Amino acid sequence: MGRYVIRRLLQMIPVFIGSTFLIFFMVYALGDPVAALFGDKAPDPATAARIRQELYLDAPLWKQYLHYMAQILTGNFGTAFNGQDVLELMADAFPVTLRLTIVAILFEIVIGITLGLLSGLRRGRSVDTSVLLATLVVVSIPTFVSGYVLQYLFGVKWAVVSPSVSPAAPFDQLLLPGAVLALTSLAYVTRLTRTSIAENSRADYLRTAVAKGLPRHRVVTRHLLRNSLIPVVTFIGTDIGALMGGAIVTERIFNIHGVGYQLYQGILRQNSPTVVGFVTVLVIVFLVANLIVDLLYAVLDPRIRYA
Amino acid sequence: MEQPATLLDVRDLHVEFRTRDGVAKAVNGVSYSVAAGETLAVLGESGSGKSVTAQAVMGILDSPPGFVTGGEVLFRGRNLLTMGEEHRRRVRGAKLAMIFQDALSSLNPVMTVGAQLGEMYEVHQGMTRKDARARAVQLMDRVRIPAAKERVRDYPHQFSGGMRQRIMIAMALALEPDLIIADEPTTALDVTVQAQVMDLLAELQREYNMGLVLITHDLGVVADVADKIAVMYAGRIVETAPVHELYKRPAHPYTRGLLDSIPRLDHKGQELYAIKGLPPSLTAIPPGCPFNPRCPRAQDICRSDRPPLYAVEPGRASACHFWKETLDES
Amino acid sequence: MPEPDPLDKETITPAGGGAMTLATSDAETLEGGPIPGGTQSGKARSLWSDAWHDLLRSPVFVLSALVIVFLVVIAIRPSLIASGNPLSCDLAKAQEGSQPGHPFGYDTQGCDVYTRVVYGARASITVGVCATAGAALLGGVLGGLAGFFGSWWDALLSRLADVFFGIPIILGGLVFLSMVTSGSVWPVVGFIVLLGWPQISRIARGSVVGAKQHDYVQAARALGAGGTRLLLRHIAPNAVAPVIVVATIALGTYIALEATLSFLGVGLKPPTVSWGIDISNASNQIRNAPHMLLWPAGALSLTVLAFIMLGDAVRDALDPKLR
Repeated sequence: MGRYVIRRLLQMIPVFIGSTFLIFFMVYALGDPVAALFGDKAPDPATAARIRQELYLDAPLWKQYLHYMAQILTGNFGTAFNGQDVLELMADAFPVTLRLTIVAILFEIVIGITLGLLSGLRRGRSVDTSVLLATLVVVSIPTFVSGYVLQYLFGVKWAVVSPSVSPAAPFDQLLLPGAVLALTSLAYVTRLTRTSIAENSRADYLRTAVAKGLPRHRVVTRHLLRNSLIPVVTFIGTDIGALMGGAIVTERIFNIHGVGYQLYQGILRQNSPTVVGFVTVLVIVFLVANLIVDLLYAVLDPRIRYA
Repeated sequence: MEQPATLLDVRDLHVEFRTRDGVAKAVNGVSYSVAAGETLAVLGESGSGKSVTAQAVMGILDSPPGFVTGGEVLFRGRNLLTMGEEHRRRVRGAKLAMIFQDALSSLNPVMTVGAQLGEMYEVHQGMTRKDARARAVQLMDRVRIPAAKERVRDYPHQFSGGMRQRIMIAMALALEPDLIIADEPTTALDVTVQAQVMDLLAELQREYNMGLVLITHDLGVVADVADKIAVMYAGRIVETAPVHELYKRPAHPYTRGLLDSIPRLDHKGQELYAIKGLPPSLTAIPPGCPFNPRCPRAQDICRSDRPPLYAVEPGRASACHFWKETLDES
Repeated sequence: MPEPDPLDKETITPAGGGAMTLATSDAETLEGGPIPGGTQSGKARSLWSDAWHDLLRSPVFVLSALVIVFLVVIAIRPSLIASGNPLSCDLAKAQEGSQPGHPFGYDTQGCDVYTRVVYGARASITVGVCATAGAALLGGVLGGLAGFFGSWWDALLSRLADVFFGIPIILGGLVFLSMVTSGSVWPVVGFIVLLGWPQISRIARGSVVGAKQHDYVQAARALGAGGTRLLLRHIAPNAVAPVIVVATIALGTYIALEATLSFLGVGLKPPTVSWGIDISNASNQIRNAPHMLLWPAGALSLTVLAFIMLGDAVRDALDPKLR
């Protein structure tokens, strides 16, 4: 187990370097941060050169990258071009997005697993067919469409929730955005649970459980659900990273000042330190979530524990 | 003893599978009975309906697509098929237990064997988890699993095939049932281990005076342990007989074919006999005797009239129009 | 958009799963009669023809295929059903509702929404088809080779795929495409191929590794079949089915991704006609003129739905286990 963790951690390093360098490359090599600073005006060459030197932009790209990573390791994410400390921006933005993600994950767990269980147990019946169809429809509607429509219906037309979120972003205001963010994944969780339940309910060990004379609820909870949820838990775990990175659309619709909002602003204004800093942290979140999922998998399924 | 002589009495059982490709008539009027301390071997090829019959008796048929469409399953004189599900559940596992073929897939991969064994006591007897775990260790000792105390915390995949099948046996034995149905209990095992597991099962059966229904396609296993045999073909019993009589003088051409296809040392060098053709598709069982397309003895009557189970001798029956001729041939 | 596709079940086989299940009881409960089969090439062939037969009987498949054919036709010749010009607009008619000859009404610029919805199909279909073809080709070949040859080549490719997986797809799109000034479909296609191939390559790798372990492949190898022959004749046909399924579903999600990126202002840009752009423009007018949003949004969702349902139906047909 310990060796497995170490091996996985070592495997993460090249992936981390690769992903962050890719983003770094896109931002610093494809774009021109200094030109962006001046907007439409042509920068005075001397000033531009001075800024480049100050910001370490005159060095070769790999040196810039190393310099940047070294800074990050000491906790210095640099300052945005408008003078704001990137770390401060993060301290404001990440808790908001984290709350949003938690709400979304809760929706996935509660609604997704329940629906998946229901339709998996009634495979081929009308409940199953309608749930399956509903998931396909939900997957097909892009978040920005469902977001605006639901915001209009719940926030404006029926006015049951506030259509936009205040800067403090408390949990109750995040219910609707969380549901919107969760929608697509929720449909996947439903389908995954259903498939897994359907497969496992035909497994030999389930027949054994019935033959042992166990009551149905025990067969379902102890034997069927416990086994069927292994892939679902894995998916939800990986989804944490994906949701935090994907919250950008939802945050824009509901005007939530989270990670996605800051990133979007950063990209539009070519505010390179913000973009690279935020993406780096997101990549870390994503990798750590994946690692935890891998370890969790070994805990949930003893067959791979000693492999 | 004042117990009724017969433990399990299956009468005219019919089971069908309703699939997309049509209705498969898997069991078509099967009757057999087992008494306490008795071993009935149910013999047949894949698709003969022997396992489906057992699943219907246990009440663990996959439904849909499987449906019991007729007959009775009397257990100690009470019809299991008309019993309420809750009542039936209490019988299942406690009075009537089953051992499956493939212990690796039949045991829950993510639960320790101790938890799976102990569950029987927790559910049926309301025992605490701790007591149940202690009983699980005893059970594992009983089926001679070494170091039971330590291994009770292991998972099924950590055991060898033979040890896993012992755990299956222990689980069936847990509540000292009246009757055990063993569905090909040794098929998935190495030959050397097969004998050990079979001996253990026979020994425990004697000790607890249980009835045993042994489902198999292996004539070799049958000879040593069974009292009587029911041979199944295309969802029907084609011959029943006490085991030694059947071996000596089969009364059905299919049984004869099965016996002739066993390799024998004294016939070394001869070509091995094989029944020609394949069993019929259960969605299209031929009219008349279902065995007629493969039968060396088939006449016109076999293609038109389905043979009933003719009483051959006391305790013997054969579903062949020409049972007499077949019997005399031997 | 979710990147890994959980619709497709995990191809991880737990240790020690396979060899023990001799499955006589399985055949007994379901098939009844003799088990169909015979040679392996016969099995592969019957898998495809069985699948085709099943698909034609599936209303989901027939319906989604018809929708897709229709979409492709209007993507090629939008003038067949829309006589107007999507770029000729009349500000005087801004945001007007449905009226004769203009069933979907007008948008903020006074453009005919119906015409724009019809013309919008072209961008979506082009991006979807080209990006899927690129990602399937690149991912299929790379993943297939990695699965077949294994060793360092496999390890390198898996890490490389991880690198692309590590970047949240919408973020990557924002960063990458915001550097591009062209508003045509090609940068979007390129970006989707760049981030989309790892998903396909994982599937292709997994199914090639799975196919490699089949007894008949081992048999062919034992009989002296060479590497190329083995790959092309025995492994590829069996590994291709999962790739087709995932690619079909991915096509739908790529279309949604393009619309999302266009919505965020970094994908397609005017004068390209795109549902994503139209939805974005309509989004702040939803209270006054909901028709501006609903028609392109409906067209977009229907298109995505058609491809996802098609993929779903194909998967059901190719995976008889799940019936």
